[in-house]
Amino acid sequence: MAFDKMELRDIEVWDGNFAAAQALRQCQIDVVAAYPITPSTPIVEGYAKFLADNYVEGEFVMVESEHAAMSGCIGAAAAGGRVATATSSQGFALMCETLYQASGMRLPIVLNVVNRALAAPLNVNGDHSDMYLGRDSGWIQFDAYCPQDAYDLNFIAFKVAEDHEVRLPAMVHQDGFMTSHTAQGVHTLTDDQGYGFVGDFKPMNDMLDFEHPVTHGVQTEEDWHFEHKARQHNDLMTKVIPKIEQAFADFEKLSGRKYNLVEKYDVDDADVVVVCMGTSVETAREVAGEMRAKGIKAGVLGIRVIRPFPFMQIAEALKGVKAIATLDRSSPNGAAGMLFNEIAGCLFNTDTKALLSGYVYGLGGRDLTKAHLVDLYNELQANVDAGKVTTPLQQFIGVRGPKLSFL
Amino acid sequence: MSEMKKIKNLKEFSTSADRFEGANLLCPGCAHSIIVREVLNATNDDLVLSASTGCLEVCTAVYPYTSWDASWIHIGFENGSTAVAGAEAMYNALKKKGRLKQPERNPKFISFAGDGASYDIGFQWISGCFERGHNIMHVVLDNEVYANTGGQRSSSTPIGGSNTTTPAGTHSYGEKQNKKDMMAIMAAHGGPYVAQVSPNKWKDMVKKIQHGFSVDGPVFINAASQCCTEWKFDPKDTMHLADLSTDTLAWPLYEIIDGKELNITYRPKNVIPVEEYLAAQGRFKHLFKDEYKYLIKEWQERVDSNWAYLNRREEARV
Repeated sequence: MAFDKMELRDIEVWDGNFAAAQALRQCQIDVVAAYPITPSTPIVEGYAKFLADNYVEGEFVMVESEHAAMSGCIGAAAAGGRVATATSSQGFALMCETLYQASGMRLPIVLNVVNRALAAPLNVNGDHSDMYLGRDSGWIQFDAYCPQDAYDLNFIAFKVAEDHEVRLPAMVHQDGFMTSHTAQGVHTLTDDQGYGFVGDFKPMNDMLDFEHPVTHGVQTEEDWHFEHKARQHNDLMTKVIPKIEQAFADFEKLSGRKYNLVEKYDVDDADVVVVCMGTSVETAREVAGEMRAKGIKAGVLGIRVIRPFPFMQIAEALKGVKAIATLDRSSPNGAAGMLFNEIAGCLFNTDTKALLSGYVYGLGGRDLTKAHLVDLYNELQANVDAGKVTTPLQQFIGVRGPKLSFL
Repeated sequence: MSEMKKIKNLKEFSTSADRFEGANLLCPGCAHSIIVREVLNATNDDLVLSASTGCLEVCTAVYPYTSWDASWIHIGFENGSTAVAGAEAMYNALKKKGRLKQPERNPKFISFAGDGASYDIGFQWISGCFERGHNIMHVVLDNEVYANTGGQRSSSTPIGGSNTTTPAGTHSYGEKQNKKDMMAIMAAHGGPYVAQVSPNKWKDMVKKIQHGFSVDGPVFINAASQCCTEWKFDPKDTMHLADLSTDTLAWPLYEIIDGKELNITYRPKNVIPVEEYLAAQGRFKHLFKDEYKYLIKEWQERVDSNWAYLNRREEARV
């Protein structure tokens, strides 16, 4: 090896960005093509510094836009090697065209998305608008709640994406600033452990194999397009979840840290459950504990894998719950929230009698406070007591001015 | 070491093994396929190719068929240059890491794109690739129009042409803007080699392509691609149109080395009036009405002025 290994302490104090950068270093990426944008910039800055200090050996291509970043990643991945990048918000939006191209061409790129609001109005802070924008793009989407998750899920993302039965790109999401710029203790893997977990990259249909020329990115019209898209969806629906579960199990063996498709906190005997993502999961867990002390059987369901959506696992987890609140950190702009719709879809046609209500919160980085969640759990308990939803189906929480509610 | 083809004559050239197959859906008379064959036949080395969205792409890779017997990728309209730049970055990474499957090979990275995908929508991506110095060749198949979508003007469309978005009419002579000078813009990037070629001058083209392969860094090739469908001429006349373009000096052949040394590579023995080039194409038909004949005169003045400028630069070695 021509590059140096790095000695890490068992626990390092890292923010989410640096945790992700360290994971990329340990996975020994062959090509990173990237463009800076707040708040994800420190990931590629970290990678650039590793390169400058001889801790990585791959190519780092600093391109002229996020669209070019993903375009370069696609060319590099089709050439045959391990590829990753990072972005946020407007950069993610600019990449959107190429996200569909990457997944349609079955290229296992890993994209770290540090979630941030979408303009207008311009805003650099964390919400889930960009994460939601990607949900039909054919990528696998993992959601990190803290720097530790941001570190661990990168290894898992490569492991799943690069599996020859999967060959689909994967995003690792973390909340802008709340995770990306908040330093916490992160349990580390050694360089050998980290690389050993993802293993050597195994090329397939690689353009640099000149004995087997391949045509990538063909034209298909009504005669074949549907079959290609249907097969991609089929693989997401049938092959990816078992591979993720296997990767979670293998990672637990390596690290002792266990991840699940959906993270259940006090859900099994709960009457009232909040379903949410990102940093809100930890806040909700803390409040749920306090509600239990007050006699309300509260729980939290965190979505760990957003695509493919763990439909059956969610239906199973929520089957005994009496009232459910979905928390969407993205403006639905004319509909119920994404989580509201997805959870409703999971529970429809089941035996559940659960009352479902939706909340929109935290846009543009607005705090979700414990007080908000206390009110929310109380509303859910009131629904249980009344035997019906006593509030509008969609409420905005934490927004100034008259209370906004719909449906 | 690079392996350049040694070519004695056109017969040998045209019958050499193709990595771009004749089985494709391009219009009869389209110059794209001629140019692509001339570029690829200039080397025996392995190829990593891209095509931006456009005629070449939609006519050569319609699933489950492909016309390409070489590694090939299409992503989108604007990013073909960056696709091969990404592949070139991977080649460099795997070379460093000792993971190339055929380390003895010396692949060439070539991006093909139309004028729309180069002068317009893909301009930023090409500029980025050239600024970063990737070892790639970008070849523009310049037919001066969005041909794949049915004849809309691009920033390469010359003045006076009738196009579907700048049609000639009772109150208009068609396109009002002059063609963008991409050669000057790309030369200003400071890359090692920028050249203009035309398929009728195949020896000139092969020499330039081989020079492009021999240098380190990004190479820009602007190829005149005569489009019988949108320029409106008989498909059998493609080479005649190419001859008219080079011999009227409407499409002068020259190269710029290291962004500063300009060489004219073809000087017609008898320069033909540009009127003959315009008259051979339906897209300029309306210019021959009395009220627009002044535009033909302006065309000639523009061509003369550009030729004089190129000669002055060559003479001054700048």
